Amino acid sequence: MAVFGPDVDRPLYGRGPAVGLRLTAYAILSVALMYYDQHGHYVQRLHYLLDAAAYPVQVAVSSPRAAWDWLTESFQTRASLRADNQRLNQQLLELQLRVARQDALEQENAELRGLRAALPPFIKSWQLAEIISVETNPLRQRVVINKGATNGVSVNQAVVDGDGVLGQVARVGPWSAEIILVTDPEHAIPVQVVRNSLRSIAVGSGNDGELLLPYLAINSDVKSGDMLVSSGLGGVFPAGLPVARITGVRRDSNQILAQVRAQPLAHVDRDREVVLLQIDPAHPAAPAPNPPIEPEAAPKPKPAKIPEPDE
Amino acid sequence: MSDRHPRLIAFTTTVIAMVLTVAPLATWLAIVRPAFLVLTVLYWSIMIPRAGGLLLGYASGLALDVFQGSLLGEHALALAFVTYLAIRLNLLMRAKPLFEQSLYVFAALMIYETVLWVIDGWSGHALSNPARWAPTVTGALIWPLMVGILGRFHATR
Repeated sequence: MAVFGPDVDRPLYGRGPAVGLRLTAYAILSVALMYYDQHGHYVQRLHYLLDAAAYPVQVAVSSPRAAWDWLTESFQTRASLRADNQRLNQQLLELQLRVARQDALEQENAELRGLRAALPPFIKSWQLAEIISVETNPLRQRVVINKGATNGVSVNQAVVDGDGVLGQVARVGPWSAEIILVTDPEHAIPVQVVRNSLRSIAVGSGNDGELLLPYLAINSDVKSGDMLVSSGLGGVFPAGLPVARITGVRRDSNQILAQVRAQPLAHVDRDREVVLLQIDPAHPAAPAPNPPIEPEAAPKPKPAKIPEPDE
Repeated sequence: MSDRHPRLIAFTTTVIAMVLTVAPLATWLAIVRPAFLVLTVLYWSIMIPRAGGLLLGYASGLALDVFQGSLLGEHALALAFVTYLAIRLNLLMRAKPLFEQSLYVFAALMIYETVLWVIDGWSGHALSNPARWAPTVTGALIWPLMVGILGRFHATR
């Protein structure tokens, strides 16, 4: 054992300063890095640069999956492509009908509110991004996308897919960004039950297909099948985006809170592309412009960012 | 094999272990995925301390921080610490039969995970999910296999 003093074990591996001394130096360096990564700007800058360096490696590591996807896509049969095409055409028709109806509704809504014209759409612009790597385990549910700061992606931007809210941007590198999914145990999203406007918070469970609503009283009016949309509180997600559908409510008579589970509508496991939303902050449906620090929603307690007016 | 460049071999295998650690996997596999990087660094620290040394542990931990998006320095500190322990105790561990080595490795992995857990707690990520301890068990179980594979890359003395 190496407790007999430095002279004994020196010849084996000791060149340069003693191991213990070097460990101390590394430990101090680590603690300083961690502290300034959380509170200071220089190390955050450094982290940003390191993210840039890591990007090619991330792409390389997830390339087998990408290659497999490409292969299966290229060798799809004609029949399945035709079926796909037919389904998409049908979907398009359906959506067009729905949009037409919605335009009428918006007009009517504007008239009811006493406005002269319908409000402009509150989603100012949107951006498609491809998922390059996925990390789903009970501790972290994150994906990395191939758009970053150079594409105008910013922290706390809402991310959706065709069916519902997927998550929000947690960290931005130059060419990539990390998205924290709604199912991440560190993520919480303010929601509202469509049926009765009951508000609550949906917290990620760490499971791919499950959200928890831990703050609903036992006598609150929720039931299986209820649709949840974002409530617009909290400053990240605009109001009215579909989030999840309640799958189960358990009421234990000796507990104050009900145990409510919900299934997110976004298909985290199947998506290959996601949509980043840019919201017009002047619109009434946009989230409140000045989010105080949200310990649940923010992945890391970074200084709260006030969205710029042009974001 | 080429015992003349233990540093190069240690570095190469560590890079491979890093890829295995960050490669995307299905959820259930990701839960039980052993910490290949820690195992590899431990292996070199125990078998050829001069091949890797503290710097290997620290640098690869820092790289892991970048890839996983954790607090910069978190994995680096944890990995440097268990590397230090392994270097200090390498003669003791090398002489033990594989099964007993696995127990030591289990202890090292527990320490590693505990350091991460404490830092997570301090930095506001307090999460107590039992699944985070699964890799320590699978890591200890896979240790004999790691020894078998990595042992081929250098002459055992």
